[in-house]
Amino acid sequence: MLSRIAESLYWIGRYVERAEDTARILDVHLHQMLADPWVAEDAACRSLLSVMGAPTSDDMPLSAGRVVTLLGLDSGNPSSVIGALAAARENARGARETVSSEMWECLNATWLGLPDARARVEQQGVHAFFGWVRERCAVLAGLADATMSRDEGWLFLVLGRSVERVDMSARLLSTHARAGGSIPSWLTLLRSCGAWETFLRTYRGSLDDRHAAEFLLLDRLFPRSVFAALSTAESCLAELAPGPGRAGVATDAQRIVGRSRTNLEFRGADELLDDLAGVLAGLERTCSQVNDAVSRRYFRATSAVMWVSEAVA
Amino acid sequence: MADLFENYRLGPGWDEMFATAGMPRETYESLHATLQPLSSADLGVRADVLARAFLDQGITFALKGIERPFPLDIVPRIIAAAEWSVVETGVAQRIRALEAFLSDVYGAGEVLAAGVVPRSVVVTSAHFHREAAGIVPHNGVRVHVAGVDLVRDEAGVFRVLEDNVRVPSGVSYVIENRRAMSHVLPEVFASTRIRPVESYPSQLLGALRAAAPAGAGDEPTVVVLTPGVHNSAYFEHALLAREMGVELVEGRDLICAGNQVAMRTTAGEQRVDVIYRRIDDEFLDPVQFRTDSILGVAGLLNAARAGQVTIANAVGNGVADDKLLYTYVPDLIRFYLGEDPVLPNVETYRLADPDVLAHVLDRLDTLVLKPVDGSGGAGIVIGSQATDAELAEVRARLSRDPRGWIAQREVKLSMVPTLIGNRLRPRHVDLRPFAVNDGTRISVLPGGLTRVALPEGALVVNSSQGGGSKDTWVLAAPLGPAEPAPEPRPAAPHASPAPRPDPGPGATSSQQQQQQQQGGASC
Repeated sequence: MLSRIAESLYWIGRYVERAEDTARILDVHLHQMLADPWVAEDAACRSLLSVMGAPTSDDMPLSAGRVVTLLGLDSGNPSSVIGALAAARENARGARETVSSEMWECLNATWLGLPDARARVEQQGVHAFFGWVRERCAVLAGLADATMSRDEGWLFLVLGRSVERVDMSARLLSTHARAGGSIPSWLTLLRSCGAWETFLRTYRGSLDDRHAAEFLLLDRLFPRSVFAALSTAESCLAELAPGPGRAGVATDAQRIVGRSRTNLEFRGADELLDDLAGVLAGLERTCSQVNDAVSRRYFRATSAVMWVSEAVA
Repeated sequence: MADLFENYRLGPGWDEMFATAGMPRETYESLHATLQPLSSADLGVRADVLARAFLDQGITFALKGIERPFPLDIVPRIIAAAEWSVVETGVAQRIRALEAFLSDVYGAGEVLAAGVVPRSVVVTSAHFHREAAGIVPHNGVRVHVAGVDLVRDEAGVFRVLEDNVRVPSGVSYVIENRRAMSHVLPEVFASTRIRPVESYPSQLLGALRAAAPAGAGDEPTVVVLTPGVHNSAYFEHALLAREMGVELVEGRDLICAGNQVAMRTTAGEQRVDVIYRRIDDEFLDPVQFRTDSILGVAGLLNAARAGQVTIANAVGNGVADDKLLYTYVPDLIRFYLGEDPVLPNVETYRLADPDVLAHVLDRLDTLVLKPVDGSGGAGIVIGSQATDAELAEVRARLSRDPRGWIAQREVKLSMVPTLIGNRLRPRHVDLRPFAVNDGTRISVLPGGLTRVALPEGALVVNSSQGGGSKDTWVLAAPLGPAEPAPEPRPAAPHASPAPRPDPGPGATSSQQQQQQQQGGASC
């Protein structure tokens, strides 16, 4: 598989996951802001923006509408919902012969629907818009699952998706760490991961910090938990790498992900929760390190070569 | 009910559907009978479905960097079997002659020595590349893919307007148009026997593999080289690569070292044997041509010269589709093949002769003036539709550079009914059949791209000039006695009907009744 195509697939995975997770996070947090009469809108918005890595300016008070514009509808920013969907489509466009026609059509039709997004927000509210985004992302995930061979291309797509999921889940949990950790806020987090019902069934309604953190961070079976996403990324990397030698693993990316996974797996939930901020910051660092390592290993410089005619002596 | 054909007037050109007003020709009878009862609203709805499907699938061409859907008209253009066999023979004949010409001018030059084509015409062509001399293709093919632009004149005769043997584009629309039309007009497909076009990618792949250099082995690696996503024909490059099952590469994906070309993959470098390039000669190799090209691969041409890689179509083919050389093609056919041309040219004036030039300058307003190396309809001046200022400008340019232009009689292109607003109106069309040469035979795709000029009276059909396209149906010949109809395969003798799919564990009706009664009692 061409390095350029592999890179495109990896980024399709990342951008689509980013669009979906950002939509989920925004949806639930905005709802929470409206429903909670004691929340300070400006502070809550500021906290959300800084967790999502968006720059904030101090001079004007922030509102929920402004957050939707910045993180949802800013087409120039590939970390906003709309920007990420457009970027995913642009990557698919450069890999048209590899991405299945159905996946391409899904991404393209979604992209064609973006200009209506602002109107949709105004007419039907943000909830309808975020619902539409989640649905389009789910359609794409389903089509990828149904139409892609489980070859390298699939591995890169899933790798991208998993890395982004770790990153986004870590950010999501940070919103809690910053808010000071009250019980309703855990409920918010679980909801935004679509984990609320599963959590209730697993812990039989005993809602406390320890269980919620354990579930989102460490659950082996819930696919959006940080641990599950790290494990998926690890197995993708293992399949991509050349066969294991006698000692250790073959690539840097595997080392980074493996260390991070064992760090979660072999520490007690209490210990992790006590140092939640540190653990989460470590996870975010892991994501960017993995990204660099994968790019170096698999997407070696495929930028254009410039030739200089007078260089021959 | 509104009649779609209301106020349909026969235009100045040959009308392909109607011999006289209201009386469809035989080939169009079944289509006409299907369209006649449809209301304009029905047809409009289907046209919208068609447009939407194209947009969602991203079937677009980019004009100045903006992606636009390629408008597909809902009324197809039909060509009878007998008419098609003339086109097929004529196109193949032309390609054979042009192949012989190319191998000659980049080799021995017999045609120049014999004086059939003046040496000055060849060496002054902008696309005659001395760099291509000495590159001998392994199986003798330089024109792997060709598109020959045809028009039907006022008497319904197919004439050649120009040849495209560099990187002819448009075949993807032929394939996609057919797919889309069979979805929106299934009833016409049922009543007409149309020759399929979907085998084109496998034919092309066969031709490209056949062209692989000698050392490539049984499974040569073929790639499609595209300039990138911002190219106007990117959709086509992606479609061909996808349907051939080969990699679509950009220049930056390839490296050339030691006269070997390889692509960068996740598993290291992989050797490439055949490059179907969709990049112009000038951008192909910065060592030989434009040094500022970032689309090409440095060293590619020397690798081809060393016989390590095949470039398709070959470098330097542009000399054969120069519009001045076009005027010599009938002579080339006689010279190389000893045959008479099957498809005539359009009457054309060579302006190098001062008397001819003076004659042409006198009657500019009745002629069509074309730059010899233009493509996409750029720079064409149609005398009868030009303003005085435009005519004055073209007069000056002609006098300054007679080698750079040709003048042609203005052919009133044939017309086909086209959905304009909510009525059918005659519009001018041309036809670009595609031919693939695998070294043993030249196969012409039954169909080709029909382009239609959408503004009333317009004669320039290029997509970059606001043209649309039509699906082109070549009817299957009625089977002769020599060619018996394929026997329907008998059903398997002991075929028993397959068992029903397994049912799920649904509740029985008595259970349902009891459950309902339980609920009903409490409220």
